[in-house]
Order: sequence, then C-alpha cells, then structure tokens
Amino acid sequence: MNIFSISYKDLKANPLNALLNLLLISFGITILTVLLLASTQIGDKLDQNSKDIDLVVGAKGSPLQLILSSIFYIDFPTGNIPLKDAQKLARNPLVKRAVPLALGDNYNGYRIAGTDTSFISLYQLSLEKGKFWQQDFEVTVGQNVATAAHLKVGSRFFGAHGLTGSSDIHKSHAYIVTGILKPQHNVTDNIVLTNVASVWKMHEQPEEHKEKAAGNGKPEPFENGEKEITSLLIQYRSPMSIILFPRMVNQSTNMQAASPAMESTRLFSLIGVGIDTLQWFAYFIMGVSAVSVFISLYNSLKERRYDLAVMRTMGASPAALFTLIILKAVILTLVGSIIGLFFGHLIMQIIGLYQESSQAKLTGMVFMKDEFYLIFTGICIGIIAAIIPAIEAYRTDISKTLSRSS
Amino acid sequence: MLQVQSVLHQYKGQVKLQFNNWQVNQGEQWLLLGNSGSGKTTLMHIISGLLKPAEGEVMINNQSIYQLKTAKLDQFRGQHIGIVFQQPHLISSLTVTENLLIAQRFAGLPQDKTRVKEVLSSLNMYDKRSSKPQQLSQGQMQRIAIARAVINKPALLVADEPTSSLDDENTKAVLDLLIQQSELNNATLIVATHDNRVKEKFTHQYVLQG
Repeated sequence: MNIFSISYKDLKANPLNALLNLLLISFGITILTVLLLASTQIGDKLDQNSKDIDLVVGAKGSPLQLILSSIFYIDFPTGNIPLKDAQKLARNPLVKRAVPLALGDNYNGYRIAGTDTSFISLYQLSLEKGKFWQQDFEVTVGQNVATAAHLKVGSRFFGAHGLTGSSDIHKSHAYIVTGILKPQHNVTDNIVLTNVASVWKMHEQPEEHKEKAAGNGKPEPFENGEKEITSLLIQYRSPMSIILFPRMVNQSTNMQAASPAMESTRLFSLIGVGIDTLQWFAYFIMGVSAVSVFISLYNSLKERRYDLAVMRTMGASPAALFTLIILKAVILTLVGSIIGLFFGHLIMQIIGLYQESSQAKLTGMVFMKDEFYLIFTGICIGIIAAIIPAIEAYRTDISKTLSRSS
Repeated sequence: MLQVQSVLHQYKGQVKLQFNNWQVNQGEQWLLLGNSGSGKTTLMHIISGLLKPAEGEVMINNQSIYQLKTAKLDQFRGQHIGIVFQQPHLISSLTVTENLLIAQRFAGLPQDKTRVKEVLSSLNMYDKRSSKPQQLSQGQMQRIAIARAVINKPALLVADEPTSSLDDENTKAVLDLLIQQSELNNATLIVATHDNRVKEKFTHQYVLQG
C-alpha cells in the first residue's frame, strides 16, 4: 500500500469521472497521433520517392499532376512528349542522367512503367529473385506487387489499359516476370517495370483499341506514328542547372519542367491547411481535457479535504498529499495518452487498409520517437491541471479542517 | 509521558485558550470534560501536534514536539500518537486492511499484516478485513477508526468527541474498546467529550472551563 495505490484506487472508485477524463485525453492524443503518423509518412514518402530526381519533364499541364503521375504514380499523366524531343533534352550538357518513363497500363491496379536501365541506377534497385527485364514483355516487379498478386519468376500476366481498372485487357501480349525486387521502401515496391518498347508494342496492335483510347482522353504513349514517352526523370549535372534548365525547357519547348521539391512543398502546404486545422482542434480537446481533469480533481479535493487532513494526522507529509493529487492526474493522462496512441495507430492502419492507391499506402505499424513527446505532453497537461489542487492539498490546515468537520 | 506547559493559543489576535501545566503519566486514562466552545478540540489538536500554540510547550516522551520540523513532526505523530475523531473518516476507496496498512506507511513504519490481523482480531473485525468502509455500519467504521489509531502502537491515544453521535449502547462499546486498546498497547488515553454519560469510566478527569 502506497501513495500510488491510493491514487489509483481513488480513480477506480469514481469510474465515470475517470472515464470522461480518459475519453477527452485519449481523443486529443488520437487526433495528434494520426496527424503525426500521416504527415510524417507522407513527408517521408515524398522525400524517398523524389530523392535524386531534380526535375520531371512531361507534357504541358499541371506541374503537380506531372509530379504525382511520374514520381508517385498516383494521378493521370498530363499527356505524352515526343521521344526525339526527350532524347534531345537528355543529351543536354546540363543533364547528368535522364530516365524515360512510358506509362499507360496497369496490372491489378499496379502501374506498368516502361523505362530503361537508368531507372535501376536512379532508384538503386536490387533484386530479390531472378533478373532485371531484358527483352520485350519481360518485367521486373516490385515487392508489394509480387506479394499481392502472387507473382513468381516465370509467372505470366496480361496488362490492362489505363492506369486503374482491369476491364480493357491487352490480350495480344502477355508479360513474363523475370525478376522480383527487394523491398525498396519507396514507390518502386508498387510498380511493374519493363522496357519502353514493350509499352509501345502493347499499344501498336488493334486499330479499334487506339480509337477507344483516344476517345476516353487518356494519354497514349504512341500516337500519330511518332514514338512518344510520358515523361523524363532528370538528374542535373551541376547546381547551376537548377536555374537554367527548367527555364530553357518551359520557354523553348512544347514540354513543361516540374521540380519535385517545389511541387512536394506545394502539395504539403495544401495538405498542411487541413493538418493545421485538425491540430488546433486536437489542442483544443487537450485544453478541454486539462480543464476537465482540473475540475474533477478540485471537486474531489473539496469532498475529501477531511480525508486528507486525517491522512496528515496519520503521519502523511504535505509533500505526500501533493504527490497523491499529482499522481492521480498523471495516471489519468498517462493512461489516456497510451489509449490515444493505440487508437491513433489503429485508425492509421484502418485508413491504410481502405486506401485505394497502393502508391502512398499509410500504415499504423510504424512507431516514432515523437510519440514519446505526445505522452510527455499528455503528462504535462495532467501536472498543469493538478498543480492548483495539489498545492491546496499541500497547504491543508489539519486543525482548521478537522475543527470544521467535528 | 505527556507534559503540557503554559500553552496559549490565539486566533486573529484574541486569546482562545490558556492552559497551565498538565502532566499525564504513561498508561493513564484521562477524560477531558468541557462544554462546547471550552477549547477541548483546540487542546486535543495542540497535544496531538496538529496545532502549534502561540506560546508554551508540549512534551511527549521528553520530546518537545513543536521543536520538530514539519516532516519530522508528521512522522512523530504517525508513530507515537493515535487519534480517533467523532467521525471515522476512513479512506473509502481502500479496504479495511488497506486503511490500516496505509497508516503504517504514512508513519514511515514497515507494513505489517500480522499486526493488522492482531488489531482487527482484538476488535472482532477481522472478518471485515476485505470490506470497503461503505459496506460497514457506523459502529463498525468507528471500530476500524480505533484500529487505525492503535495500529502503530502509539504511546498516546487521543479521542476527540468519539461518542457524541452514538447512542448509549454504542457509546459504552466505543469507550470500552478505547480503554481496552489503550491497555493492550500500554498507551496513555485522553478522551475529550462534553458527554457526561462517560464520566464513570475514568478515574482521571480534567474539566476545561470555557
């Protein structure tokens, strides 16, 4: 039997009061946990996936859409660009590396990206099984694709037209899996890689298919008899290129240059408005929970002032009474924070399960150091809420209190 | 054992209690009588180390208690003085056993379940050891309050109006228990009351004039 036991049993003796406080604290911490996990994961994914890519060149349109489609494989591409123009840019002395991308098909929602071996070195890909694609219609699949679609080396499958859905299947050519990538913890875990020629050939075949595709407005990598690609991922040779190259592309070609860093920042600032609003809401809830803890402790202090005085007569020091009140608040806020963290992770996991896009999958199974700050914040709120009642308990005038009651 | 020397208590500049010398020996049982407002409770608080007088000295076992610092005085009170109030005021969230164990803890003594069993058995309350206070009758709660006061084998057992809210039967029972426990623990007993029903139980009496 000690001070902690009394605090804990006191809380247990008033379950409804304790429950209300726990609900408020855990609600605030849940929102903060979800925001922390989501913003960190989105930020990390933005950084991981655009790492080493200085610029994306594609068809004119929304630069954010170009970045989302060519780096994060989320949105539809802005269109296609002529291969010869792309090759001309790739040979520019300001460019260190240019990686072509030809998009247009998917397999079970995973995008099929036509590219060349420079993509391997750009993302520093390594194989878990098999080998990288070499011939037409050979594919190397990301770890998540292999797991979700039960693909092995030697498996065959048909791609479907478009970036999502499987209604329009290209039955003319089957892809064959030649390799499976090791987990890369970036977007390449969720894509199917092949050469650009495979994407072109897949779309060369039936005339009616071409008409259908043109009719739905989706970009085709091969149009008007001229070879086209979707975009070009560019690495600069020197920092000087940052100023010169995008301006040159935007002003002297029919293509647009979009900087992943700038667009990611823009995207994050757009999301940031919502995050900030929710964050303030969570702070408000935490403030309300602090007031609630304060009121319940203060009321219990008023009701139990005599009990506290009796404890003093038994030998309890003023510091012991102070600790008793503080501990009650700390137990409440600590348990509330842990419950909040648990639900925060659970909600993130559920969001991840129901997310349509496989490219930006969020998870609740990630634990971060910053979560300790959330617990610490929760405890601090408890201590702040308890400080006045605790000081009152510390100052209990035993004789006066006992005289009043007797 | 207990010496009260020239105690003066003031409240808001006015003298509320003036008490000359009083000496009580170990094991004696005293009744402190007086009408309401005569200063019985004030004197009991001063004797128990709960209220520092403006002047004078209180010695328990040759220790001038108000010369002790707050923390030491708290510990001294827990170890050497057992106090019984008019209302039992047990900690409602704790069981009977826990209410006694916490008294040992607050006094800075080791928690001794054998002692708890011994005291509860002597008060015929051992079978209620796991009950919460709200499951007990008023009389049973008062017994536990007595058990709590004697758990640390105090040298001085003080009871402030322990019978004022009790009927004749319970008054007698509570006084018998206080006397029995003080004898059992060789403690000096001082009972403050305005209740004339209890006079015949005590050989030593002190009447406070209000």
